[in-house]
Amino acid sequence: MANKKKNWYDYLWIWSIIYFALGFFNIMFAWLGLIDFVLPLIFALAGGNKWFCNNMCGRGQLFWILGRKAKCSRKKPAPRWISSKWFRYGFMIFFLTMFGTMLFQTYQVFAGASGLKQVVKLFWTFKVPWQWAYSGGTFPEWMVQFGYGFYSLMLTSTLIGLIVMVLYRERTWCTFCPMGTMTQGICQLKAKGDSE
Amino acid sequence: MSKRRATVNIEVCVACGVCANQCPREAISIYRGCYAEVDTDKCVGCGICEKACPANAIEVRDIEDMEAENGK
Repeated sequence: MANKKKNWYDYLWIWSIIYFALGFFNIMFAWLGLIDFVLPLIFALAGGNKWFCNNMCGRGQLFWILGRKAKCSRKKPAPRWISSKWFRYGFMIFFLTMFGTMLFQTYQVFAGASGLKQVVKLFWTFKVPWQWAYSGGTFPEWMVQFGYGFYSLMLTSTLIGLIVMVLYRERTWCTFCPMGTMTQGICQLKAKGDSE
Repeated sequence: MSKRRATVNIEVCVACGVCANQCPREAISIYRGCYAEVDTDKCVGCGICEKACPANAIEVRDIEDMEAENGK
């Protein structure tokens, strides 16, 4: 709490703001978001823990700071179904399916079957023009397409997280975060495997 | 006066670690990325973790009630 020593990783919430700021100006920075995808999985697979979620997740920290310190959360208990297993795994499957669709779109641009679309798609539905974030030339188009797709995914999930932060508790997002569900699932399998 | 302690419903816990971060006595740890575990020797039943838990997995309970239930 107040007297706890601060570590460098307690400030990673700044990173989640910088990430979106960088992607606003140049969409290629969206690729850096893969770090937040890969690191939790490495922790879970190699260490059998959720150290990333517990200590390093900049997004979770941001929700805590905005929700608790900036008082932007109603701090009301969320409905039980939000943290139920079927919703958590259902949302994870939905999220991964959309991720797969995004990879397929990237492939289509790579194969020349479709052109680069310089839009950020919010909530998998609303297309927001974002053409200023890339002026062309430097990178292969499929890499740029992936940037747009990944940025859309990151922005959408953050917005969902912010909505549930306001409505319910600060880190309600954590209860159905696909990365959290995945890493906890891996940890449970590992723990079970060791005890047998 | 009866003593109170935080208890975790491990079926509901998502192991996010908010409780462990907030605990002023460092009484909570995340057991192998699976669920939160309360050290009942350190816990004073303040309830900070209960209010922080996004999954409603923590409940501060009377220690005598718990013992009575376990003793059944």
